[in-house]
This record gives sequence, structure tokens and C-alpha cells, in this order.
Amino acid sequence: MGIKHPVYLDHNATTAVCPAARKAVACALDMTGNASSVHGPGRAARKVIEDARDRVAALVGARSADVVFTSGGTEANNLAIRGLQQGSGRTRVLASAVEHTSVLKAAPDIETIPVDSEGVVDLLALDTMLSEPSSANGTGPALVSVMLANNETGVIQPVAEVAAVARRHGALVHCDAVQAVGKMPVDIVALGVHMMSLSAHKIGGPAGVGALVLAEDLAHSTTLSALILGGGQERGRRAGSENLPGIVGFGVAAEEALKNLPKITNLAGWRDRIEDELGRHAGVRVFSGGAPRLANTCCLTMPGIAADRQIIAFDLAGIALSAGAACSSGKVEPSHVLAAMGVAVDEADTAIRVSFGWNTTNQDIYAFLTTWDDIYARAKAVIKDVEAA
Amino acid sequence: MMTHDPFHGSAQKGRPIYLDYQATTPIDPRVLDDMMPFFTEKFGNPHSQGHLYGWEAEEAVESARSKIAALIGASDKEIIFTSGATESNNLAITGTARLQKSDAAGSQKNHIVTCVTDHKCVLESCAALEREGFDLTYLPVSGNGLIDLDRLRGSITDKTILVSIMSVNNEIGVIQPLAEIGAICREKDVFFHTDAAQAVGKIPLNVVEMAIDLMSISGHKFYGPMGIGALYVRRRPRVRLDPLFSGGGQEQGLRPGTLAAPLCVGLGKAAEIAALEMDDEAGRLGRLRDRFLEKLLSRAEDVTINGDMEKRIPGNLNLSFTGVLADNLMAGLKDLALSSGAACSSGSDEPSYVLKALGINDDLAAASIRVGLGRFTTEQDMDFAADAIAAEVDRQQTHPGYRAPAA
Repeated sequence: MGIKHPVYLDHNATTAVCPAARKAVACALDMTGNASSVHGPGRAARKVIEDARDRVAALVGARSADVVFTSGGTEANNLAIRGLQQGSGRTRVLASAVEHTSVLKAAPDIETIPVDSEGVVDLLALDTMLSEPSSANGTGPALVSVMLANNETGVIQPVAEVAAVARRHGALVHCDAVQAVGKMPVDIVALGVHMMSLSAHKIGGPAGVGALVLAEDLAHSTTLSALILGGGQERGRRAGSENLPGIVGFGVAAEEALKNLPKITNLAGWRDRIEDELGRHAGVRVFSGGAPRLANTCCLTMPGIAADRQIIAFDLAGIALSAGAACSSGKVEPSHVLAAMGVAVDEADTAIRVSFGWNTTNQDIYAFLTTWDDIYARAKAVIKDVEAA
Repeated sequence: MMTHDPFHGSAQKGRPIYLDYQATTPIDPRVLDDMMPFFTEKFGNPHSQGHLYGWEAEEAVESARSKIAALIGASDKEIIFTSGATESNNLAITGTARLQKSDAAGSQKNHIVTCVTDHKCVLESCAALEREGFDLTYLPVSGNGLIDLDRLRGSITDKTILVSIMSVNNEIGVIQPLAEIGAICREKDVFFHTDAAQAVGKIPLNVVEMAIDLMSISGHKFYGPMGIGALYVRRRPRVRLDPLFSGGGQEQGLRPGTLAAPLCVGLGKAAEIAALEMDDEAGRLGRLRDRFLEKLLSRAEDVTINGDMEKRIPGNLNLSFTGVLADNLMAGLKDLALSSGAACSSGSDEPSYVLKALGINDDLAAASIRVGLGRFTTEQDMDFAADAIAAEVDRQQTHPGYRAPAA
């Protein structure tokens, strides 16, 4: 095996490719054929892509024809927001303050919808914002973008309610469901959103592939403008030779995720155990504990200990987790999610995220808990020494 | 080469011989071997900074970046990973143009030069910019498929931002005079972008010697995986771009999104192999192609070779057979996986815009097939193909039921 791999509790950053998807990817890598070619190998490639499209559609209750494959969640979010702006001239965009950066930065002048101290989007504020003209973009028809589940806290947003408010004002709704699918039931029709972003590598599929799923009522209009132009693939919404192995792996991962959904929701037991045990320590704060949350995500503080020091200590002990989003590498910036919830910078700086997934075991959780205790005890002793000196 | 040869004798196994290497290439088994661990045990997010999983993925991604840079004479930081050449082309063209536009401080530049035979995604990007108010010049090509350098020089004005000319054409395989184009662009102080999807790993490319400022690279056109590509972006003098999308700041902010580590690794390995084997491979393919052509021309009547034969990659032939329809021909050649043109706007019946640009009449354009050979093509394959094509062409040329309708 070479290097011993640590306990992996960073599933919200990325997941290992699940065995079934791995097999499918490996098979697809052995296929040669451009899905746009008319010869036998090309038609074979086309068929497996369309099968994958069916499977991804099924994961969120959409129609196959409304699934647009992209290079990942970031591109899907950008296609939803920029593509709609460019295609429809709808320039006004409202997004919750806790969205992923690929949503928050997708357009200039995005208006942020506040969240409460639990990190739940403020529906009343959204209603008011949509009733009033914005300074930058007036009262023109808007796009509202609210994620289904937050990557850092796991908070599940009231997206159906958001959609109802938005539709009342004639706004369109986009939902970044990258962290939600595979971890909770998702139905694009029940949620009432117009567009939904998905990513394969967050659900046991390969990195480098994702999708923007359109609702039937949006798909019929032509208001979405492609960000990548070319050979007319994906019904003109996203050009480029299809990433065949990636798409195939995504399809199988989607099917597995749907099948394993009951198991994933059971993970709440582990989350609650972590929070019960560690919550007994004075000063430990579990974020968003009072809000509906994903079963696999736990964001909590270790009082007085900076997150980056915790991460290093955990890593030395063989446990991989993170302080927040795994994005713009290197930079340790305070979490915009916790800041939006009104958490003080000092406290936010001590927060880590534990996220588990399809291959997490009881032993992993146990290792995490004992290591946490150990790190905290040692750190407290050091603090005491420093204070005594 | 024979040790990794998945398509050796493939026709005998009931699958057609793959002769469509310009549409996509099979992945090299050595590439696959390097990639697989990154799908499974080394699955980390290369942007995760706190643990081994992230670090090993990042290290692999950076090593791949070096290999790609080395193949084209660039430095590591000049390589931006994308989802493929289509995205790279969009980013290069739209990115340089939109930046000029947003650079309100007096820049009056609004002109882009490209070529009528460039890839659809280049032309579509240009057309979109035209709709936004940019001025476009579409350079014609000569009958051999190459641009006229004087005409290029004459088309560049003080308003020109960018010249975008493909390195190698996907349908006819001709190689544009890159070094000469680069020199003209440098002299005129405009950026030079080249869509090198069909050239990388096939012909020697050097961004310094050829004065290339932006170069699009595709993984699956040279035995790497699909879903990955790269854009070379010159740092000195720096080429600035407006990104196509925004997000977590990855790839210097030019291309956000989680990098697909296995795909990056695969592209790197493909580049490494190409750097080592390109010369020998080009010689081998050239011999195979010539042998094939000789065999075919000795048997088939009224064959036209489309595009220059000298300035051409050895892995491509584009042939027209008088009096035959390409679709009929392909339907009659069940043992060969061939294409009648680019594998893009699938199923469209329009004659190739590339062949039209060469001045080839509609009848001959509709009678054209592309024979793309590559790393796993064997002499047996090509002998079989020459016989099969010659026999089928002869059958359809002489059988009254197959005659192309008189135009």
C-alpha cells in the first residue's frame, strides 16, 4: 500500500469514487469513440452517455432531456447565473450570503439575502428585497439562487419556500444542490426551482463532471445562453466533446447514491454522537444545531484553538478533515458562511468541519472522537502553561 | 509499440477498425495506469490543504502540469487546466476580447482575425463576439488549405487584439505556418492564439520559437482522457484574460472549479509519452499512410486528396471519390470506423465548410471521407482498409443504384 492513508472525514471536499462508478469509468476509458461520430464506436459512446443522463435525471426527478452535462458544479453554477443573464437580459441576481463562491462571484452586483444565526436564509428579507427596486438593477425580473445544503454547516435551506416567494415575484430560481444530492432526497419538481447544479465527485463519482438540470418550464424557453460555444453538443447549451468516462461514472454514482440514500441518512447517528460527546466540553459550539441539516456534516469549534492548528494535529494523528471549503488553496480566510451567521471572527477561526460519507466506518468516528479529546487536552495544557508563565 | 495495441486485428474480433483518430483517440494503457489510483485510493481534492489526500493529489496535478509545459516549451505556471479544447478556445478568444472591452481606460481595440477553416468552436466564439460588436476578419485559405501570410499581415490593424489560427486542421490535417504567423503577430504587437488540439503530441510545438501567446490543448486527441484540456497562457509578456466563469479562484482565477486530479494526471502522462515517442511515431504513421495511399491509388479510380500533402500531419488523409456519396460509402464499409468530416454537429447533412473553403465543389465535398490513423493502427489495419475502400468505391462507382444524384 505504501503510505498509510488516514481516516478520511472530508467528504464535502471530495469523495472517493465508489466501486460501481469506478468499474464503469474503467470500462468507459477502454471505449474509443466520440459521441458525435456516426460510426459504431461513436454510437456506442452516445448510448452510454444517454443512459447516464437518464440516471442523473432520476436522482433529482427531472427529465433526461433537461440534464446539461458540464465540467462540474462551478461551471454549472456559472452557466445558470451568467448563462441566464446573457441569454435573458435578467441582470438582477439575489443569492444567499452562505452560497458557494462560484455562485457569489458568478456575476457582479449580486445582492445577498441574509441568513439567521443558524445559517437559514431569511424568507421575509427575500420577499422584501424582491418587492423593492435594487440600486444597481431596478425592479427588473430577477434570478434567485439559494443552495439546498451548505457545504460548511450542512444546513438545509427551505428551498421550496424560497421558490414560492420568488415565483410570486416573477423571479426565476436556481438551486446549487451539489452538497445535497446523495445525502437527502431531492426532487426538482417538488422544490419548484428552475435550475439545479450537481457535481459528480461529491457523490462518489469522478471529478471533472457535473450537470445543470433544468426544470421543464425553463427548458421550454430559450433563455439560457451557453458559456462554451462550439459543436452544438448538449442541445447547444454546452459545447465540447462529451467527457465520456466522467459522464458514465457520474451516471452510475447517481444511481448508487439514490439506492444508498437510506443508509446515508442514518449517518445522523454519528453526527449526533459527535455533537453530544464533544458538546459536553465547555465552550464547544456546534454551528446550526437548531436547523435542519445534512446527516453527514458537523461544523464545530474547539475553544481557543485555531482551526489550522487543529487540522495539522488531526493530520499528524492520521485524520483528514478541513476547516471549511477546499477552494482557493492555501489562503486561510475567515469563513464567509460563519460570518454571515454573525459568528465572531475569533470563534469562527476555531471551527472545523467533519464530513463523512459512503465508506466511513464506526472506527473512523471513534478515532476522530478520541483524537479530538487528545488534541484538546494537550492544547489546554499548553494554554495553561503559557498563562501561568 | 506492439506491446500496447488494443486494436490489433480488431476487425477480426467483430469490431470495426478504428480509423477516426481526429475525432478521438483511444487512451494509452500507460496513461490509464497512471490515472487509476487517483480515482480510488488517492482520491483527494487537490485543493484540500489540510491533509495527505489533498497534498498527494496536488503534487500529482503539478507534476502533470510540468510535463505538459515541457512538451510545448512553456513554463509550468503558463498551463491552465480546462475541461477540453473547446473550453480552452472559448476562454482564449472570449477572454482576451472581453478583457479589452472591460478595460475601459481608452483601449479602442475591437478586432479579431481568424481563419474560415478553424474549428467550429473557434468560429462560434468569434461569431458571438461579432454579435457583441467586435470586428472579425475571417481569412480565406488556398486550395491546399493553408492561409496566405501576406493576407494575414494585411488584415492586422491597430485595432487588432488577437489572431487565432489553428495549428492543424481536424478534417484535412494541414499544418499552418505557425512560426511565420507568430513572427507577424509579434511584429504587429497582437496576441497569437492557436487551437492546437490536433497538433499537440503529433508535431513539435514550441511556444517560444513560434511566438505563440495562447495555445489550446485537448487530452483525448492524443491518447489522454476526455474531459480535460489545457490553455497555455504566456506570462512574459503577460496575456490577460477575462475568465469564462468565477468561483474558488483555482488556476490563478482563470478557471475555477475543483481540478479533476485523475484527468490532469492522464493529460500529463499523455504529454510525457508524446514527447518521447512523437518523432518515431510520426515516421511510422507516415510510412503507413504512404503505403495505404499507394495501395488505394493503384486500385481506386478518380481519387482526390483534399489538402496539402506536404504540410500535413502523417495521421490524416481526406479523400474524395468521384461519383460516390460519403454516407453510402461509410454505410458500405461496416468494418471501418471512419468519418465523413468533423465529429461535431453530429448527423448534419451539410457539406463540410472546410472543404468548401478549399474551393472543392459540393459533389466532391459530399464524396469525402477522413481516414485518421494513430498510435494503435497497424499495417494490417491499413492494408485491410485500402482493400475494403477500393472494393467498395469500385462497387458504388459502377453500380447504377449508388450513383450520386446529378447536381
